[in-house]
Amino acid sequence: MKSIAKLFTLNRHLTERIGFTAITLMAMVTVLPIVGTVIYILIQGAPAISLEFITGFPRDGMREGGILPAIIGTLYLALGTAIFSVPLGIAAAIYLSEYASDTPLTRTIRIAIINLAGIPSVVYGLFGLGLFVLFLNFGTSILAASLTLSIMTLPVIISTAEEALRAVPQSFRTVSISLGATRWQTIRRIVLKEALPGILTGVILGLNRAVGETAPILFTGAAFFLPRLPGSPFDATMALPYHLFVISTQVPEMPIKIQYGTALVLLAFVLTMNLIATVIRSRARARRQW
Amino acid sequence: MEKSLNWREFIITRLIQTSGYSAIVFVALIFFFLLREGIPTLGEVKLSNLLSARWYPIENYFGILPLITGSLVVTIGAMLIAFPLGIGTAVYISEIAPRWMREILKPLVELLGGLPSVVLGFLGILLVSPFLRVFLDLPTGLTAFTGSLLLGGIAVPTIVSVAEDALDAVPRSYREGAWALGATRWQTIWRVTLPAAKSGVLTAVMLGVGRAIGETMTVMMVTGNAPVLAIKLGSWFSPVRTMTATIAAEMGEVANGSVHYHTLFFIGMVLFLISLGVNIAASSVVFRAKKRAERILS
Repeated sequence: MKSIAKLFTLNRHLTERIGFTAITLMAMVTVLPIVGTVIYILIQGAPAISLEFITGFPRDGMREGGILPAIIGTLYLALGTAIFSVPLGIAAAIYLSEYASDTPLTRTIRIAIINLAGIPSVVYGLFGLGLFVLFLNFGTSILAASLTLSIMTLPVIISTAEEALRAVPQSFRTVSISLGATRWQTIRRIVLKEALPGILTGVILGLNRAVGETAPILFTGAAFFLPRLPGSPFDATMALPYHLFVISTQVPEMPIKIQYGTALVLLAFVLTMNLIATVIRSRARARRQW
Repeated sequence: MEKSLNWREFIITRLIQTSGYSAIVFVALIFFFLLREGIPTLGEVKLSNLLSARWYPIENYFGILPLITGSLVVTIGAMLIAFPLGIGTAVYISEIAPRWMREILKPLVELLGGLPSVVLGFLGILLVSPFLRVFLDLPTGLTAFTGSLLLGGIAVPTIVSVAEDALDAVPRSYREGAWALGATRWQTIWRVTLPAAKSGVLTAVMLGVGRAIGETMTVMMVTGNAPVLAIKLGSWFSPVRTMTATIAAEMGEVANGSVHYHTLFFIGMVLFLISLGVNIAASSVVFRAKKRAERILS
């Protein structure tokens, strides 16, 4: 035993090489399945994609036809979530970055944000059911689901937007204020403008999470099957993630092709949003002069 | 002109301030509604029933122990997988990988964090569980282990990003000091950098646990949904049912205001309190570490 230990201390460069190889392997074990998953779904799902699949209604108990209502429903939910969470989230970030000083209240706000980020998505679903669907009587609707998703998205938007705002150098603010601008004018014309790419990245990542979530909309707005598109915010709606859940667990003898096709469309949504966020961020970083 | 400007400034400031407080309001609202709908359970279901090992709501058996042990078994398994992989990947990205590799890996891990859990559950049903059934020769591939495996994948991005931030925050001079004393990079990582980032790594793990215990769709799809007490080692390879999956699977079918309905909210309350505990513990570790760093630096 001792000699082994000795061997290792003597051969610490060998140890290093073995260790580095092991750590590299671990990183690969983490990353390769992600790439594999994406490629696999692309390959399996591609044959199902057609104009009819994207623009058609489900037929024959969802075993035929397209997934248009689910796609439109997901777009509605994303839009509804954005309407509530983007202004509120950015305003909260402005408060934390530009107005709040380090008081116990501010610390409580931060702890609240961390906790909002950690609450299980199904608990958001319960909350949405209790407050929006039943107490406020919105019913199972796009409105109730969007509001539920908004609160879930809020911490992502607040924390990324705050980070972007804080990255704007203090001297920008000092100069603007010394030229006679008010605090709000400074924020609106200088700070927000400079932080915009960072904020946008946060907004997209937040909405991305909302688009992919199923549990919060299960009892607040998701419909198993709708033969038509939702006509108002008070209608329930089909949504891509819930639809994928339904057709992969609840419908017997579901053609595998349609399942992979649906997974591919959902993945395409998520990947596109992720890509846009990454591009905005890296372009802003390259352009930044401070 | 002056006057109207002042008014606008005042109103906007107030609006921003109110938005700032909104996070507190929402946490309070969530807790209030969980209490409101969950607490009646304590009056409707006997405590001995609630803490029993039998969950069979149709015949008024509301024992939540199988659900709690189900959640625990799946989460512990997920952490056994996600902890080494997450920390290893974070160390690789922050300490070992060349710059170009880092630029590829970071967005990829972020992408995993953004993959909808229902997509992972879908692949779990179609690929992972049939494979495990054959490979491990089990009666069904929908087991706690399957859930742990996929949940590990879901917890990894959280662990990687938080742990990597912590490693990044370790001053470069620490590493340079170790190298100057003749330590190899490997020794530096284990004896200097990781210990210095300890609190951040601990936070990462706790947030990972929080993420795993709260995950719903994936576990509902792949763990087999059998509410049996999971306390034996073999339970890991048999079907279980977590707290989250129970709520998601049954809430759609209960009558509003029934005992079953209240009990599901009660489970939600337990989940909320667990996540509250985990997150407050995680953030207090960070706050304490920050204070210590300030003390050392001043």
